[in-house]
Amino acid sequence: MSKILIIAEHLNGHLNPATGKCVSCATAIGGEIHVLVLGNAPDAPAAEAAKLAGVTKIISVARSENEHALAAVFAPQIVALAAGYSHLLTPSSTFGKDLLPRVAALLGVAQISDIMAVDGPYTFQRPIYAGNALVTIEAPPEQTVLGTVRTASWPGAASGSSAASIESASPEITLPSHTRFINLQQGKSDRPDLQSAAKVVSGGRALGSAENFKLIYQFADALGAGVGASRAAVDAGYVPNEMQVGQTGKIIAPELYIAIGISGAIQHLTGIKDAGTIVAINKDPEAPIFEVADFGLVGDLFKIVPELTAAVC
Amino acid sequence: MKILVGYKRVVDYNVRIQVQPDSSGVVTDGVKLAPNPFDEIALEEALRLREQGLANEVIVAAIGPANMQSHLRNGLAMGADRAIHVSTEQAVQPLTVARILLKLVAQEQPGLVILGKQAIDDDSSQTGQMLAALWDRPQATFASQLSIADGKATVVREVDAGLETLEVDLPAVITTDLRLNEPRFIKLPNIMKAKSKPIDTIELSSLGVESGDHLQAIRYHPPQARQKGVMVKDVAELVEALKAKGLL
Ligand SMILES: Cc1cc2nc3c(=O)[nH]c(=O)nc-3n(C[C@H](O)[C@H](O)[C@H](O)COP(=O)(O)OP(=O)(O)OC[C@H]3O[C@@H](n4cnc5c(N)ncnc54)[C@H](O)[C@@H]3O)c2cc1C
Ligand SMILES: Nc1ncnc2c1ncn2[C@@H]1O[C@H](COP(=O)(O)O)[C@@H](O)[C@H]1O
Repeated sequence: MSKILIIAEHLNGHLNPATGKCVSCATAIGGEIHVLVLGNAPDAPAAEAAKLAGVTKIISVARSENEHALAAVFAPQIVALAAGYSHLLTPSSTFGKDLLPRVAALLGVAQISDIMAVDGPYTFQRPIYAGNALVTIEAPPEQTVLGTVRTASWPGAASGSSAASIESASPEITLPSHTRFINLQQGKSDRPDLQSAAKVVSGGRALGSAENFKLIYQFADALGAGVGASRAAVDAGYVPNEMQVGQTGKIIAPELYIAIGISGAIQHLTGIKDAGTIVAINKDPEAPIFEVADFGLVGDLFKIVPELTAAVC
Repeated sequence: MKILVGYKRVVDYNVRIQVQPDSSGVVTDGVKLAPNPFDEIALEEALRLREQGLANEVIVAAIGPANMQSHLRNGLAMGADRAIHVSTEQAVQPLTVARILLKLVAQEQPGLVILGKQAIDDDSSQTGQMLAALWDRPQATFASQLSIADGKATVVREVDAGLETLEVDLPAVITTDLRLNEPRFIKLPNIMKAKSKPIDTIELSSLGVESGDHLQAIRYHPPQARQKGVMVKDVAELVEALKAKGLL
């Protein structure tokens, strides 16, 4: 039977919901599921992880060097604790993408990026070419399987029903000091988180300015939605980078996605292909976004969006 | 300081990828090939560091088939001083690429290695991190800003939460995000000049690299297509439609 170790992602004392999605992927693989929480004060996220349905053990490593999730610092500790596990999983977030390949190289094994489906304990599906093709991959059973989990493909594990044991560990290794955290500039927002919001409204280049992007925020607030953007809108400086949706931004799966003034480039669409319902508003009836939209409305966003906002208030 | 840049050739990002009817791969015959966009950004950054006097040599490295000469000439025409071509007809997976690059690192002793954050064909996003681990050096992935002084690099990284700044000792591996810079266009006279720049070709088999190609692709398939939906005529109709689906 498989024995799976998930590396928890957490920030400011909170477990990232992506960790629960890894638990769902691990459940599909089948086996015993443990979660490793590395931090300088890992107790709070460890307690949250202990509640995830399906998890039987939490391993918590408290160490001052673990205050920030530096791959070069985390990786050797994970390697020290990896013995006996058949699978190591992280979310396919910037945290997991940065960290897991470093672990894989130290272990001398390959890594499977962006697991979207599990066909067997060693057989997985993943997207390539910006999601324009999917490939079924087989990993050798005699090696530890390392995989990042494409969070948009998995539901979060239920929380609250179980209480896994929490053990602390302290691997005796010296950690490198060649990598130093300076700061994290986090956009402050009271809006629902883009990656877990049930509804998302995104704006594109057509908004024309940061000032005009207020139209998107007002509409999103009326809906209780998270806010996203195309790369063009981010590049033009209308909004910060953490709002970018797409191949090189966030891959999301809200129930409702509303694309406003976004043409629908393949790199953008790859970020929303798991959305429940897609709505597109664009003045160009030929815009490719209409080929994937469940509901399309042709017209000028500067007229339509205020009307919509008024209609849903 | 020397800078080593990863310069992979991939299918151009505008190409609509098709899966082979027999599920054995994607169609790459006759499609347009281009440098990986993130690698052009990596090369541009290296050239800018050289132009600022922070580096004296920029080397592009590409692992791939024998017919990549014109691809490498592109990198030289953009401004690289020389190119290393590790020749193999077989596609190689990230762990193998990282092991190959480690050999080149041992040979060239660069102060900095800049790779793309991902290759847009396999979308793995692994090679830079793997190289940094094997080399036992720092990594700063998904860079959107880079400055170098006193043997250290300060790197702003695009992370899910926002922008993270790290300081790393050199040598280090940096992987590029799209907003790091805008690559220059190749000028005609530089294409001529590139013809006389050296390309060093090494057979992969002669490098003595242990293969890390542990994963087997057993089947390729197209993604499930979304159904084309309906056009609504105005805001009222859209609101009705969304209400009917319980979304408003
Ligand atoms: C390697 C790579 C990775 C990339 N990754 C991403 C990614 O992660 N995410 C991403 O989004 N892009 C990504 N891109 C960029 C992508 O190719 C497109 O350039 C980008 O998505 C375009 O953004 P846009 O739709 O806002 O702008 P445009 O393509 O310029 O579209 C603007 C749209 O607004 C419409 N419009 C204009 N005025 C109005 C109006 N008044 N009312 C209504 N509609 C109007 C126009 O008809 C047009 O369709 C990537 C590109 C590359 C090469
Ligand atoms: N065959 C290759 N030749 C040169 N560089 C490569 C090759 N494969 C990967 N790389 C480098 O590694 C980066 C990340 O690739 P990947 O890990 O495959 O997503 C690329 O952007 C390149 O800089």
